[in-house]
Amino acid sequence: MIWQLDLFLLLFVIICALAAINVRDLLSAAIILGAYSFFMCMLWAEMGAVDVAFTEATVSAGVGTVLFVAAVFKTVRRSKD
Amino acid sequence: MLELLLSKYNYWLYVILMMIGLYAMLAKRNLVKKLIGMNIFQTAVILFYVSIGVKTGDVTVPILPYGHHHGHEQAINVAHYLNPLPHVLMLTAIVVSIATAGVALAVLILIYRRYRTLEEDEILKINQEAGT
Repeated sequence: MIWQLDLFLLLFVIICALAAINVRDLLSAAIILGAYSFFMCMLWAEMGAVDVAFTEATVSAGVGTVLFVAAVFKTVRRSKD
Repeated sequence: MLELLLSKYNYWLYVILMMIGLYAMLAKRNLVKKLIGMNIFQTAVILFYVSIGVKTGDVTVPILPYGHHHGHEQAINVAHYLNPLPHVLMLTAIVVSIATAGVALAVLILIYRRYRTLEEDEILKINQEAGT
C-alpha cells in the first residue's frame, strides 16, 4: 500500500461523493456515482483486495449504474435539491 | 497526538465519507438522492472493513503462485499474505448493497407511478390533502 496514492484516490472518492449528492440533474448524479464506484475499485486494487476490486468494477460500477440510469429514465430527471 | 491522528488518516476520511452519506439521507428531499446517500454510506463501511485487512511490509495479494501438484511443496507462510477474510466478507456486502439498491429503485418507480413526483415534501403534501 502506497500512502500517497491511497490519499489521492480517497480525495477523489470524497469529491465524487460530494458532486453526486449536490448535482441537480439525476442522470448526472447516476453517472458520477459510477465514477465514484470506479475510483473505489482502484482504491481496492491499491489496497491489495483484487477480488473485491473485480466485484466492484462489474457489479457496482457496471450493473449499479445501469440500474440507476434505467430508473431515472422511467421516472423524472430533475431534482429540486 | 497529532502523529496518532495523521497515522490513521484513512479512518478519518472514511468517517467523512460516511457523514456525507448520512447527510444526504437526512437532509436531501429527493428520494433518488437519499438512495445515493445510502450507497455512499454502505461503501464507507465496506472501505473501513477492507482497510482492516491491509498489512504493511513484505506482503502480497492472497494468491498462491503455484498449485500443490507442480512439485512446489514448500510451506506457505501466512505472514507474507494479506488477510483475505475481510475481502470475502465485503465482497458479499457489495452484492447485497447493489441488490438493495435495485429493490429500492423498483419501489421508487412504483412511487413515481402513483404520485407523479419523487420529492418527499410533495408526496407528503399529496397525502395530507387526500387525508383531509
